[in-house]
Amino acid sequence: MTDKDIRRIVLNALSGVAPELDEAALELDKSFRDQIDIDSMDFLNYVIALHDALAVDIPERDYPLLASIDGAVAYLSAQLKAAGKY
Amino acid sequence: MPSLGADMEAGTLVEWLKKPGDRVVRGDVIAVVETHKGAIEIEVFQTGTLETLIAKPGQKVAVGLPMAFIRGEGEGAAAPAAAPTSQEAQPTPRVAMPPPPGPLTVPPLTAPAGVRASPAARKRAAELAVDVKRIAGTGAGGAITLADVEHAAAAPAPSPIDAMRQAIGAAMARSKREIPHYYLAHTIDLEPALRWLEEENAKRPPPERVLYGVLLLKAVARALHEYREFNGFWTNGRFQPSERIHLGVAISIGKSGLIAPAIHDVDNLPIPQLMSALRDLVARARRGGLRSSELSDPTITVTSLGEQSAETVFPVIYPPQVAIVGFGMVLERPWIVAGAVVPRRVISCSLAGDHRVSDGHRGARFLSAVARLLQEPQSL
Repeated sequence: MTDKDIRRIVLNALSGVAPELDEAALELDKSFRDQIDIDSMDFLNYVIALHDALAVDIPERDYPLLASIDGAVAYLSAQLKAAGKY
Repeated sequence: MPSLGADMEAGTLVEWLKKPGDRVVRGDVIAVVETHKGAIEIEVFQTGTLETLIAKPGQKVAVGLPMAFIRGEGEGAAAPAAAPTSQEAQPTPRVAMPPPPGPLTVPPLTAPAGVRASPAARKRAAELAVDVKRIAGTGAGGAITLADVEHAAAAPAPSPIDAMRQAIGAAMARSKREIPHYYLAHTIDLEPALRWLEEENAKRPPPERVLYGVLLLKAVARALHEYREFNGFWTNGRFQPSERIHLGVAISIGKSGLIAPAIHDVDNLPIPQLMSALRDLVARARRGGLRSSELSDPTITVTSLGEQSAETVFPVIYPPQVAIVGFGMVLERPWIVAGAVVPRRVISCSLAGDHRVSDGHRGARFLSAVARLLQEPQSL
């Protein structure tokens, strides 16, 4: 598992809840909640997709860290390393 | 063709899911109909045997006209079915899918006072499911002629986005024209509910977590137990309260608009089941697959603007309902608890009520009941 793999998983999870997502136009270091129109149900489904794909624990209090693509990659790689899966 | 809301005039049959000779049970999905609300699964209102299919896939059918004949249990062979030619031809018995009984309003197919149209034009308009109110007449004195109706029917169909926007506009215009709204708003301390939910969610993996919006829905449903005059329909010039509490939940459909299908019997659903029902409803509202009963029977609507929205919403009642409850975004605000100023997360809860049925005094008490219920989230 590399950062590139995780980035792909994050982008897939996000396009799963926002099918109209234009990946090329997305600013990866900024919160995507300001760039695409998703609600709390969409965000929860995005978290569920990450949880299902990577089998890592994602407590609710960490949700803000997942709100940008770069932030999500950094957070998830740290969680995977802690679990010995990276 | 059932009415799937006050703003629906016609639907286009996409496909039959049953064939003649099949046994159908009340509640079975027997057809898919395309409306401005997307592809809707049509549930049958009668148990029996599907005798004859009248509507054909691709055909646009006005609300109230028959789509099929069903022979009820114990009934003899059905009368020969003829394709309907006008609303007068609508048979009352054995119609497969009449508008559900009770609260629904079937939009008039004849022209209202003030619209001039020849009888032939009106009849043809009903057959073609064309709204004469939207036709510019070219006859004497601006009267609508048969040719005007056929011209209007042949015009290209508006895009789905335009159709949904038009339908919302028509329903909201009717609401503002007919319903004497009054408005109230109350700021609720949401801190106890949010803290309780955070503790609960910390014990659960993401697929089992609950959104705070579910607590808001449950609190509204429970409060309606005590305030019946906000739950039901205005039909035939009077209020008909509903025993059951079916909350219409406003769901945004991207840029095309919004839709408010019902979750049934919210007051009886435990929180985890209510969360599952909401998740399922949001998914089907956006992807297709809503059922006819979900669109036709909400007894009150709740609109929750969610994060990154506005502090307070002043919602518009969806006729024939008589109230709508709105929630703004959660905000952290200085709040006074036991004489000290502390930071608390609060939410604005607003109510639009119908003055023909209730008044602001009862409305205020209803909102207070919602606030009180949210202070004890573990009891919801």
